[in-house]
Amino acid sequence: MFEEPSHNDSLLMHLDPRIKIVAVFFFSMVVAILNRIPVLLCAWVLGFLMVFIAKVSLRELVKRLTPVNMLVGFLWLFLPFTFPGKPILYLGTLPVTHEGVLYATKITIKSNAIMLTMIGLVATTSIFTLGHAMHELKVPKKIVHLFFFTYRYIHVMQREYIRLANSMKIRGFRAKSNLHTYKTLAYMIGMILVRSLDRAQRVHNAMLCRGFKGNLYSLKTFSINKRDIVSLVLATAIIIVLGVLEWKTTT
Amino acid sequence: MENNDLTIHLKNITFSYPGCDPVLEKLNIQFQKGSKIGLMGPNGSGKTTLFHIIMGLLKPSAGKIEIFNTPVETENDFRKVREKIGLLFQDADDQLFSPTVLEDVAFGPLNLGKTKSDAMDIAKNTLDFLGLNGFEERITYKLSGGEKKLVSLATVLAMEPEVLLLDEPTSGLDDKTKETIKNVLMSLDLSYILISHEIDFLADITDSIYTLQSGAINYDREIQVHHHVHAHAHGAYEHEHD
Ligand SMILES: Nc1ncnc2c1ncn2[C@@H]1O[C@H](COP(=O)(O)OP(=O)(O)OP(=O)(O)O)[C@@H](O)[C@H]1O
Ligand SMILES: [Mg+2]
Repeated sequence: MFEEPSHNDSLLMHLDPRIKIVAVFFFSMVVAILNRIPVLLCAWVLGFLMVFIAKVSLRELVKRLTPVNMLVGFLWLFLPFTFPGKPILYLGTLPVTHEGVLYATKITIKSNAIMLTMIGLVATTSIFTLGHAMHELKVPKKIVHLFFFTYRYIHVMQREYIRLANSMKIRGFRAKSNLHTYKTLAYMIGMILVRSLDRAQRVHNAMLCRGFKGNLYSLKTFSINKRDIVSLVLATAIIIVLGVLEWKTTT
Repeated sequence: MENNDLTIHLKNITFSYPGCDPVLEKLNIQFQKGSKIGLMGPNGSGKTTLFHIIMGLLKPSAGKIEIFNTPVETENDFRKVREKIGLLFQDADDQLFSPTVLEDVAFGPLNLGKTKSDAMDIAKNTLDFLGLNGFEERITYKLSGGEKKLVSLATVLAMEPEVLLLDEPTSGLDDKTKETIKNVLMSLDLSYILISHEIDFLADITDSIYTLQSGAINYDREIQVHHHVHAHAHGAYEHEHD
């Protein structure tokens, strides 16, 4: 999640990031409240389409979808058995309810559809562009900074981790299940936290020395062109259609 | 009085890190406009600490600081100081934080209120000046140690400071890059204090060398111009002739 996006040259890459954010935001909102399986499937296909247009490699896709689906898999362990409803089959004495299975299926599709569009977004926009676009969209400054610095310091921590891990490696450390290993790992975690904090402080100092007063500026100027407008209209239309499909059958 | 040219004036500065013995004790410095000073001293003698005190990143427990003839105490005072005094950190990893080189170099000018296109021009010119053309879109944390050092210097120079505090600018650099830095510093009309462990380097580009030892500053010597042939092994490395 933390590397810079793959520098592929996709259509989505050149879209105005503000439009991407708005579209993904509303898409996710609508998908979250969708209830009908066929409509959800449509959203899912759309998600795949987005990832396809974004030219995300299969490996990256699998890597990023795995954590979400591990969580979803966990839900499958409980929901079908605990959700009240009509039993459709019994595993031993445990009833599997129709409603439970349906519910779990919906969650699976929903989370995957949303995750797919997010992947499409992140893979085609650098984190910093995202931050600046959020700023342009009048997201409160504090949230944008939180976003920016969280990313920046996760990076710092990752780098401290790599340094420590390397220095342990070159001195022949191999993780086994003994006290020495646990002690070393505990030291390592402690050191990562302390050193990251320290470095974060020094980076902040360096920023102060260069006149940082709480504002981050972007060198990029966003400008909307015809392709952006077409995409915005298209995205809005798709989201509305999804909404309408859902609403038509619930009333 | 000659006080008009007094850029940095430290009076009886005492500083200690929490729970440690004082690093600096009753330290006095008078730094005049236009001077080029070298600062030497053993590891851990407090050179870096001194720079951080001048920039207001560390607060001394006693003593007064005057910069450009104005007393500075609060964070607000130091904000103004930092617009005129640039600090090059000892560890370049601390200095760079933007994803691309161009953005990092433009960060300072933008903070000073320059427009985007001005900041971009300044950044590009500074990079060119340091022979870093073509680095604009490079990712800062994927640069080599020496490249990071040069880009860090660019981020400081881009703010067009009046005074530079350089904390070991040449550590880890090859001879050619060192030469670049030397030429850059000599061609700029700037005052600076330069920390280095390389006496030859200091002798070439500073007017006088001071040493920091046991918490106090000592005037070392006027630079003696002398030529000698480097014929002995390791002649290129730090060494002294007495
Ligand atoms: N954050 C800190 N907390 C406590 N002690 C510190 C801290 N930073 C530095 N020191 C101590 O203060 C003293 C001065 O450190 P400083 O970094 O100023 O030395 P220096 O002269 O720059 O050394 P070097 O030539 O190695 O860069 C050292 O003894 C060091 O151990
Ligand atoms: Mg130091």
